[in-house]
Amino acid sequence: MTSLIILFCVALLVVVTIQVSKISELASKIRGGEDRYLKENDRTAKGLVVFMVGFLVLTIVSAYYYKNYMLGYGPHESASEHGGSIDFMFNITLIATGIVFVITQVALFWLAYVAREKKGRRALYISHDNKLEMIWTAAPAVVMTFLVVSGLIAWNDIMADVKEGEDYIEIEATGYQFGWEVRYPGPDGLLGKKDFRLISATNSLGQDWSDPKNHDDMKVDEIVLPVGKKVRVRITSKDVLHNFYLPHFRVKMDAVPGMPTYFVFTPSKTTAEYRESLRNYAEYQVPADADDPTGEQLWESFNYELACAELCGSGHYSMRRLVRIVSESEYEDWLSQQTSFYESTIKEEAGDDALEEDITEDADDTMDSE
Amino acid sequence: MSNITTYDEEKLIEEQGFDDHFHDHHHGDKYQSNFVTTYIFSMDHKMIAKQFLITGIFWAFIGAAMSIIFRLQLGFPEENYAWLKPLLGKWITLNSSGVGSLAPEFYYALVTMHGTILVFFVLTAGLSGTFSNLLIPLQVGARDMASPLLNMLSYWFFFLAGVVMFSSLFVSTGPFSGGWTAYPPLSALPQASSGSGAGMTLWLISLVFFVVSVLLGGINYITTVLNLRTKGMTLWRMPLTIWAFLITAVIGLLSFPVLVSGFLLLIFDRSLGTSFYLSEIFIGGQALDYVGGSPVLYQHLFWFLGHPEVYIIILPAMGIVSEVLSVHARKPIFGYKAMVFSILAIAFLSFIVWAHHMFMSGVNPFISNFFVLFTLIIAVPSAVKVFNWIATLYGGNIRFNSAMLFAIGFVSMFISGGLTGIFLGNSTIDIQMHDTYFVVAHFHIVMGVAAFFGMFAGIYHWYPKMFGRFMNEKIGKLHFWGTLIGSYAVFWPMHYIGIAGVPRRYYQFDTFEAFSHFGAMNAFITIAAIVVFALQILFIVNFFYSIWKGKKMTNKNPYGATTLEWTTPIEATHGNWPGKIPTVHRWAYDYSKNDEGADYVSQIQPLKEGEEEH
Ligand code: HEM
Ligand SMILES: [Cu+2]
Ligand SMILES: [Cu+2]
Repeated sequence: MTSLIILFCVALLVVVTIQVSKISELASKIRGGEDRYLKENDRTAKGLVVFMVGFLVLTIVSAYYYKNYMLGYGPHESASEHGGSIDFMFNITLIATGIVFVITQVALFWLAYVAREKKGRRALYISHDNKLEMIWTAAPAVVMTFLVVSGLIAWNDIMADVKEGEDYIEIEATGYQFGWEVRYPGPDGLLGKKDFRLISATNSLGQDWSDPKNHDDMKVDEIVLPVGKKVRVRITSKDVLHNFYLPHFRVKMDAVPGMPTYFVFTPSKTTAEYRESLRNYAEYQVPADADDPTGEQLWESFNYELACAELCGSGHYSMRRLVRIVSESEYEDWLSQQTSFYESTIKEEAGDDALEEDITEDADDTMDSE
Repeated sequence: MSNITTYDEEKLIEEQGFDDHFHDHHHGDKYQSNFVTTYIFSMDHKMIAKQFLITGIFWAFIGAAMSIIFRLQLGFPEENYAWLKPLLGKWITLNSSGVGSLAPEFYYALVTMHGTILVFFVLTAGLSGTFSNLLIPLQVGARDMASPLLNMLSYWFFFLAGVVMFSSLFVSTGPFSGGWTAYPPLSALPQASSGSGAGMTLWLISLVFFVVSVLLGGINYITTVLNLRTKGMTLWRMPLTIWAFLITAVIGLLSFPVLVSGFLLLIFDRSLGTSFYLSEIFIGGQALDYVGGSPVLYQHLFWFLGHPEVYIIILPAMGIVSEVLSVHARKPIFGYKAMVFSILAIAFLSFIVWAHHMFMSGVNPFISNFFVLFTLIIAVPSAVKVFNWIATLYGGNIRFNSAMLFAIGFVSMFISGGLTGIFLGNSTIDIQMHDTYFVVAHFHIVMGVAAFFGMFAGIYHWYPKMFGRFMNEKIGKLHFWGTLIGSYAVFWPMHYIGIAGVPRRYYQFDTFEAFSHFGAMNAFITIAAIVVFALQILFIVNFFYSIWKGKKMTNKNPYGATTLEWTTPIEATHGNWPGKIPTVHRWAYDYSKNDEGADYVSQIQPLKEGEEEH
């Protein structure tokens, strides 16, 4: 039925088009005349100016309207230390390009309007103007130089790896179709070796149990991190490309099978603090669940999220994990409640002496291999 | 000077023209002796141009229709799409209560096909193929392309590519669904995605044919421009269209082979078990044998074409727009030489910026320093072009017909989209913006919509040259206003969605709290997209209707243009000029040079005594 209606609409459109074109041709034959044509030309020229004004106004109004949803604005100050410099670069670029945007759009439509065809007018014969052209080549070059230099200073700073002797936590995120596995190093602070050939139902990361550094490594459901402490995320993938993306922290890096990547950042706002800042904004003072008007409000249910930002197949849009930023002491508490995967699962099953062997045959082991 | 009021072009050509004895050799015209050689296996550049154009329109329709289907999913995810089942079959899954929804796998297939079709088939073949073919011989004063045979083959390889791609829509595992960039391992492993099986094989075959087509066309365009220019047509007298087509062809010739080599290695990985792009993969419950390869290598090879490709798309549109603006403003293009040099600069720079698509791919962050620098330098020649277009309007005597309106719209779009490139080219900002809707907004506006505007400007402008009739202006203007407003309505809000952090290539946004706030805006975008789509149908109707019923062209130079294509007869046959070939005496932009009489001086008009060239 619906397809019939669509077909019908298309047919109608075709008929209307043909009729309109017939009529307008007839009409123009009857009316003829240069005056008519110039009037129409005038009207079109005015239309361009109206469009320009409407466009610029709507741009500003809509940007203002959506401001509090956009990262970097309203409540969405960056939740990481480096994020501020990204937002800053964004804003100075926005100002520079915004000015150019307004000037050029106005000039384009306004000059077109002013230069509309008039009876007896002849256009100017101007083919070039070296001085003017020098100026408008140099001006963008200067602005670009400024943006490049300030951008690159920030970039090299943000992308720098941790230095030796620095105090940081290293965690590991492994992307797979379709989810993330997150590994914490345990008390030794070091992540153990892994090998994709060891991956099995009981060893979803392919950890090499002969490496003692693996014995205290923990796998967690939720990424919990202390505020104000540097984190180095080692990012890997089991199968195809993924991308470790933390929008609120301005963190993004591809997960590449066979080539570990990393991103270093320092959370600067706890989940609770972020919720507090959302609380002040009307946009977030609405029920989180529209069907439950008395339930939690949007700001209360807020959580940092980990997403995937590199197309990885049909479940790409669903690779969600929660991230929780807490105080140092809460972090220690949480950490002490986590148990090493090896301690809880592998050791009892296999016994210490079976380490060297491939212990993965064990079929009735039901580790979450999600 | 004021004694010239009208031109008798035929007489001028007869007096001044160059006799190549063309028609002595071609009696009976073996090129167009029957229906098949005239309309199907034609070797006439004008016919081949129409073939490219009409095939391009066909693909544009398919590609746009796909986008409407996936936009429905994004705008109205809860709707019942059971009504699409007759069209899409198993890709619409029904739940227990009969409510149909689009399968995610198929959503991604649609997005992938949409991108591939629009980028390669419509905006590369449909745009450059059409106008390079139509205009190069006509505007440089040649009888045809250097090799009409290769030219014909170029079209038929494109056709073949289309047939293969089209057939991939019907394989049981579905068409390729890993994005138009086809990054491995996703594109290499059928286990990773059902579209990466037979669908991907066909995709690769199709694109290899396509590259053959581009190369055959490109060699021809370059040779024709360099060798077949008529007497007097020096490089610095060529219209900007020709400069743009020439440089586009050069870029294509240098970059497409790299894409093919990238594809070949991918084919090896897929079928011969090599490990160019693959390493340490565990998928489908199995550790694969591949070790030592790097997916990043593919990205380098892909974007070494991929970035030049965006200029392959936009340069012809820029050339067309320069020409249309100048003709209808009745003014010389402002800064002709600067325009040429900026095309050259853009072309050169386009080869050393590719890794700006890979800032977050895991390449060494130090390398990015260079790519940021080169990328942002491109903004300079781009800005020069914009300023020159605007200056061309200043002090003009502008006719606002559909062609001119689309040319002005092009400039507006190019500004809007070019400026967001400055954000993305700065790697610091790209950390946040990469692979979000901000990128989608950027490239659709700067490349998608802008290139379409250039194409529309060209179609409305040269339609009479192609079909001897005009398209309907009323509908043309309606088409313009709707498309201008509609395209901004579709793509402008995507900036906001992107700044809010929403990633691109998401089947739905509700899975994440952070991405779920734009339901109303997504619905709005979808509705705007449907309106824009409907307006394009209007255009298509106008296009075909006008072929037979449009207003007839009665004057062979209806716009009072200076370039050579308007000195050919209304119904130009093979060889373009019935007698001698015109010779050229001046540049292409002598508009409003004289205070009286006609407000243009054709390129075939000799300089008057004491007249300076420009
Ligand atoms: C001022 C000039 C420009 C700059 C600085 C620029 C910069 C960029 C950057 C850095 C990206 C990558 C963004 C990302 O994936 O994170 C990008 C994407 C893109 N740009 Fe531009 N751009 C410019 C002009 C253009 C033009 C003229 C076109 C086309 C004619 C274009 C088409 C594209 C396309 C198609 C993509 C997306 C590719 C994809 O990932 O699917 N850009 N641009
Ligand atoms: Cu993904
Ligand atoms: Cu690029």
